[in-house]
Amino acid sequence: MQLDALYQDIILDHYKRPHGRGLREPYDAEAHHVNPTCGDEVTLRVRLSSAPDSAEHTITDVSYEGMGCSISQAAASVLYDLLLGKPLTEAMAVHDAFVALMGSRGQLEPDEERLADAVAFAGVSRYPARVKCALLPWMAFKDAAMRAVAAHPTGTKEETDD
Amino acid sequence: MTTTTTSTSGAPHTPGTAPEHADVPRLDVAAIRADFPIFNRTINGHPLIYLDSGNTSQKPRQVLEVMREHYERHNANVARAVHTLGTEATEAYENARAKVASFIGAAGPAEVVFTKNSSEAINLVAYAFSNATALGGDPRFRLGPGDEVVITEMEHHSNIVPWQLLCQRTGATLRWFSITDEGRLDLSQLEELINERTKIVSYVLMSNILGTINPTEAVVKRARQVGALVMLDASQAVPHLPVNVAELGVDFLAFTGHKMCGPTGIGVLWGRQELLEVMPPFLGGGEMIEVVAMEGSTFAPPPHRFEAGTPPIVQAVGLGAAVDYLSGIGMEAIRQHEKEIAAYALPALETVKGLRVIGPRTPVGRGATISFVLDGVHPHDVGQVLDSLGIAVRVGHHCARPTCVRFGVPATTRASFYLYNTIEDVDALIRGLDHVKRLFG
Repeated sequence: MQLDALYQDIILDHYKRPHGRGLREPYDAEAHHVNPTCGDEVTLRVRLSSAPDSAEHTITDVSYEGMGCSISQAAASVLYDLLLGKPLTEAMAVHDAFVALMGSRGQLEPDEERLADAVAFAGVSRYPARVKCALLPWMAFKDAAMRAVAAHPTGTKEETDD
Repeated sequence: MTTTTTSTSGAPHTPGTAPEHADVPRLDVAAIRADFPIFNRTINGHPLIYLDSGNTSQKPRQVLEVMREHYERHNANVARAVHTLGTEATEAYENARAKVASFIGAAGPAEVVFTKNSSEAINLVAYAFSNATALGGDPRFRLGPGDEVVITEMEHHSNIVPWQLLCQRTGATLRWFSITDEGRLDLSQLEELINERTKIVSYVLMSNILGTINPTEAVVKRARQVGALVMLDASQAVPHLPVNVAELGVDFLAFTGHKMCGPTGIGVLWGRQELLEVMPPFLGGGEMIEVVAMEGSTFAPPPHRFEAGTPPIVQAVGLGAAVDYLSGIGMEAIRQHEKEIAAYALPALETVKGLRVIGPRTPVGRGATISFVLDGVHPHDVGQVLDSLGIAVRVGHHCARPTCVRFGVPATTRASFYLYNTIEDVDALIRGLDHVKRLFG
């Protein structure tokens, strides 16, 4: 197999110089995911905000820390770039597009507009043993985001909600 | 076993030079490699360099042919058919048991129980404890609050989890030996850890992650003083070293066929006859019974008491062929060959900048299974790049997460060598690691 298809420069750059790495306060929810077959771990925090008159959440911070291979670490860095500042519904659409790409076994033409740097992971989908690596931070994000929504209802602060 | 070392310090051999033993027969590695059809394969355009025998070994033609012939000419179920094929199949299955018994120095074939793997063999013993406890069996197998089970931090998960579950079922306490910085068992707590409350000590003879060969004499002696049983997980030892249960003086030994040139699906529990005799059954079913009535049943004597259902017949026959194959070469010669590879590989690996060996750094009291970490490159990436060069290694925690935690690493890369590996394979690994470093540097 062509190693270059897996280890694209974009992936190696994110691995060597990760964006947004480190756990930050404040946050609404945190998720810790592990890959039991290899021992890789990621802890990921999500911070949401919402305008008083809006039913929409915005992701104001995604922070993370983890131990893992270049694919999992670069995936977290790319996730940070892609999702920070996005409305949550749009972020979830990006998440879904990334998950679909990873499940495609190289058969899907990635949506460059939506996935930006994450299109570099298209090659990973041809390595079944590595797909889990790329998905690790994205699964942790989904988990943390769901919990953050539960902890942080839209529209108002708790005292005026309900 | 007289050949393991209890030394945790000192290096009688200079690393980098193979110990000299003129009386040890040499392996004809070229002839051995010709027995293994898989070495005709190329992987990603490169000749296969297989450094993952600790995971599973490759299979020689001699084993594959025996299994094929069994299916083509002798296939029938065992121990129940009166016809010719049934008799042949039963003989082949029981002959395999006799070969295994003789290979490990058992008192007789009845001490060899076929299981599907080492994990099942260990679980079989763990369940003998909880079943004897529930059914009021032999006092040596009865466990309760206040009793202790002793393992080590060096174990494969298969020699941790069955004992954790057993302790949960019975209220007994699980305790363990720790590991020294050099990757040896810390036996300084021997007297305290193995005490009057200890019912069984179960530990690994050769570590699947560190390569360490553990001492047995002191542990067995202490266990005998306090009346505890001793079980060895010999999954990584039986394929690589001469192992003789009588010399070891232990009570149980578990190993698996697929790591010793045999097929998957066949493992072995060796147990001392008088212990197997008093152990209650593990799994119930056909073949393990004496008389079955609706009101209750009585059970066959060992080993069949512990082999419920149709066993892995052709796999056992394949294991018998593997034992023949290894015996023909000689376990002492295999051990010596691997010692030479370890003596070459350990210092060679340490010439790679940023590489740290996890486990003993001298080729003494260790096998040719070598784990390492490389600064700034995750083992997954090491393994992936090596694979692109046709080199197969294992990466991850090797089902020994507590050992990784002990050494502060999430995972390692492991090169495990066997009788078909050469010094040139080590050189290819070193070149491959240079390639890894160029890509990730």
